[in-house]
Amino acid sequence: MAERRERILMAHGGGGRLMGSLIAEKILPRFANETLGQLADAAAVEVGGANVLFTTDSFVVKPLFFNGGDIGKLAVCGTVNDLAVAGARPVALSLALIIEEGFEIALLEKILDSAAEAARDAGVQIVAGDTKVVERGAADGIFINTAGIGARIADLSMRHIRSGDAIIINGDIGDHGMAIISQRKGLEFESPIQSDCAALSALTCAVLEAVDGVRFMRDATRGGVAAVLNEIAVGAGHDIELVEAQLPVNHAVRAAADMLGFDLLDIANEGKVIMVVAAESAEAALEVCRNHELGRNAAIMGRVLDAAEDAIVELATAIGGRRVVQMPYGRELPRIC
Amino acid sequence: MLNRIMKAQRLMDTACLRLGRPINVMEVCGTHTVSIFRNGIRPTLPEGLKLLSGPGCPVCVTDQGFIDIVLDLARREDCIIATYGDMVRVPGKAGSLETTHGADVRVVLSTDDALRLAELHPDKTVVFVAVGFETTTPATAVAVGEAVRRDLKNFCVLSGHKLVIPAMRALLSDKNNRIDAFLCPGHVSVIIGSDAYLPIVEEFGRPCVVAGFEPMQVIEGIAEICRQLAEGMAEVVSIYEGVVRPEGNRTAQKLMETYFEPYDGYWRGLGRIPGGTLRLRDEYGRFDAMRRFGIEEIPAEEPLGCRCGEVLCGLAAPMDCGMFESRCTPDTPVGPCMVSSEGACAAWYKYGRRRRRHG
Amino acid sequence: MCLAVPARIVELEEDRAVVDAMGNRWNCRTTLTPDVKLGDIVLIHAGFAITTVEEEEAQKTWRLIAEFDEFQKKQEKGSEIY
Repeated sequence: MAERRERILMAHGGGGRLMGSLIAEKILPRFANETLGQLADAAAVEVGGANVLFTTDSFVVKPLFFNGGDIGKLAVCGTVNDLAVAGARPVALSLALIIEEGFEIALLEKILDSAAEAARDAGVQIVAGDTKVVERGAADGIFINTAGIGARIADLSMRHIRSGDAIIINGDIGDHGMAIISQRKGLEFESPIQSDCAALSALTCAVLEAVDGVRFMRDATRGGVAAVLNEIAVGAGHDIELVEAQLPVNHAVRAAADMLGFDLLDIANEGKVIMVVAAESAEAALEVCRNHELGRNAAIMGRVLDAAEDAIVELATAIGGRRVVQMPYGRELPRIC
Repeated sequence: MLNRIMKAQRLMDTACLRLGRPINVMEVCGTHTVSIFRNGIRPTLPEGLKLLSGPGCPVCVTDQGFIDIVLDLARREDCIIATYGDMVRVPGKAGSLETTHGADVRVVLSTDDALRLAELHPDKTVVFVAVGFETTTPATAVAVGEAVRRDLKNFCVLSGHKLVIPAMRALLSDKNNRIDAFLCPGHVSVIIGSDAYLPIVEEFGRPCVVAGFEPMQVIEGIAEICRQLAEGMAEVVSIYEGVVRPEGNRTAQKLMETYFEPYDGYWRGLGRIPGGTLRLRDEYGRFDAMRRFGIEEIPAEEPLGCRCGEVLCGLAAPMDCGMFESRCTPDTPVGPCMVSSEGACAAWYKYGRRRRRHG
Repeated sequence: MCLAVPARIVELEEDRAVVDAMGNRWNCRTTLTPDVKLGDIVLIHAGFAITTVEEEEAQKTWRLIAEFDEFQKKQEKGSEIY
C-alpha cells in the first residue's frame, strides 16, 4: 500500500529520488529563495561586490578509513569539488567536528592530518572550525561538517546547455562506492579497488581556463553518474544519450559490481566531474583532462540530445541495445537471489 | 562481439520469417530479467519476438502472507531478521522490513553470516529468511546442517525456497499460456543439471535452452530457441558451456534432499503449485521458524487491482496494470514485482519505455 | 540467481576458500564442491562455490571484462558517437 512516509529512511540521504523529494517537499518551501532553489553544488552570492561561491557539506562515511582515503580527506575534497564544479577557484574552508565520546585520539590525528594534506594539495586553507563531543553512541565515531567559499571564475549553468553538447567524464566510474562497500562490515572482501577521492579544482580550473564553451559541471557523488545525468536532463530540459562502450571502468571494479549485482552508473564517486561542453570545444577539453593526472582516462561518454518536455537519459548498450537510465532510489542493496 | 550479435540476429530473423507467426519466449530467472533490461536486449530482437518475464524472481513469487509473517517476526523484540538484500523493501500489508520501525534487520550475503549472528546474540532468535530457487537453497541446507552440528538453540529458517521445474510445468498446464519456449536459468541449472528440463520437453514439446547471463549468452540462447522453433524441434540445449553439466551438482542436490522436502505451497499469482515449495523435513522441525513460532501459512489476498500474478505468468505486461507508474512505483510499491530489483515491473519502470506519460 | 564472475581458488583449507576474481578476493565455502583443489576456478553464489568452471570459459569471461577496460582506454578521440 502506498503509505504516507512518516519517518526518515536511509534512502533519504542517498542522493537519489527519495532525497530529491524530501528536499523539494519539505526543505525548499521553508527557505524559499531563488538561489537555494537552483540546488547548485555551490551558491553564487554577491559579497560587497565580489562574486563568491559558497557551499556546505557533511561527511558521515562508514568506514572512516578506506582504501584510498579517509573521512578527513573526503571532507576537504568533497567541499573543494562542490566549489570547483560550480565554477569557482576554491579559497577557504571551515571544518566542524562532531566526535563521539571514546573516539581514539590517535585516529582523530590521522583524520586531521589527512584533511591538512588534502587542503595543502588543493591550495585551500582551513580558516574556521568548531569542535563538539557527543555521548557514546550518538555519533558514529566522528561526523564532519564543512563550508567552503571560492572566487567565481566562470558562469556555469544548466540553462546554457544545448543540443549536441558533449558530456565528458574525467575517468573511471564507481571506484569510491565499490571501495567503501568492499570494507563495509559484513560485506568485506579484499580488493585492490581504491577510492578515487581527490580534489578536482586544479583540473576544473585548467579546463575552464583553456576552453570556452563549458556549459555546466557537476561532481558525481552519491547516486553516481545516473543521478547527475538525470538532474541535468530534467534541469536543462533535454534528453541525454549515454554510450556504454565509452564509459571508463576499472575491471576490478566491474568484476566486484557484477559479483554484487550493482549497476555502476548508480554507484558513488568522489573524484569524478561530469562536464557538459559545447561540441566544438569537446576535443580540447578532453585533451586538457588527459594531460592532467586526474583525467588520464577521461572520455566523452555521451551527448545532449533535443529539448524534451519529459526528458530522459538513455543508454546505448554495448551490444547495440537501448535502455533508460533512471534516477537511482538511493540505497542500492546488494542482490543475492 | 558485434559479428556474433549480427550472426545471432540473422538467425533469429530467418527463423521468425520461416515460422511466420509471433514467438513468445519466457525466461524464468530474475537475473535474466535484469540482464535483458540492463543490456537493452529487447530493441535488438526482431519484430514479433516477444520476451516474457516469468516467475523467475524468487521475491516476486513469494506470497504476501509469507512477507507478513516475516514482518510479524521482525516486530518481535526477541528476534533478529537475517535476510538477503532483496527482501528488505518488499511490502506486506503494513510496510516493509525497511520501514518497520524498531525491527532488527541484518542484510547478509551468506548463511554463514546468519549463523554468526546467532552465535553473537544468544539472547535473541535469529530468523533467516530463506528465499530463492535451487541456486540458493543448498546454502540454506548447509546452514541447517551446521545448526544441527553446533546444536544452535537460537537459529531458525523461514523457508520460502521454491523449485523451478514445478513452476514451468504449472505455467504450461494453464490453458491460457502462450509460451513457445523457455530460456532456462543459468545458475539454477548449475545445480539441477540441464537434464532436469528433459521432462518439460518430452511432456510439452517446448524448446528449453540454458544460457548464462552475459548479454551474448542471452542473445545466442534466444537465437538457438528460434532455430529450434523454425525447424519444428524441441530439445534441451545448454549454451552455458564449461559451467552447466547435464547431471548438475550432485552434492548440492543431496544436501537439499537431506534437509528439505517439497510440498504444495502458495506462489504469488500462480496459487498452489504441486511440489513447488520446500519446507524443512520433520526431523529438523526445530529449525523451522513456522513450527517454532506456531505460525500457519495463510495465503493473503492480493491488494485490490494488483496484477503481479498475471505479470508473473507472462499473461499481462507491467504496462497493462492500472497501477503501474501511478499508484505503484518503486518508491511506493504495491506488489513485489515493482520493488524487487529482479521484478518485471521494476525493470520496465527503471529501464523500459520512454515517455510513459505521453504514451 | 545471480551474476557471478568466475574466481580462482587461491587459498583452501577444508571447505573454506579464498577466491580471486580480477584482483578482488572473497571468502567462500566449498561445501557444495568438495572435489575442488587449489587453482581451480569456481562460480560463487551466496558465499558458496556452486560449480567449477573450465579454464577456457573463465578466461573468456575475464577477457571480456578486461576488454571493456582496454576498449575504453583505446578511445583516443571518443568521437565515434558523433
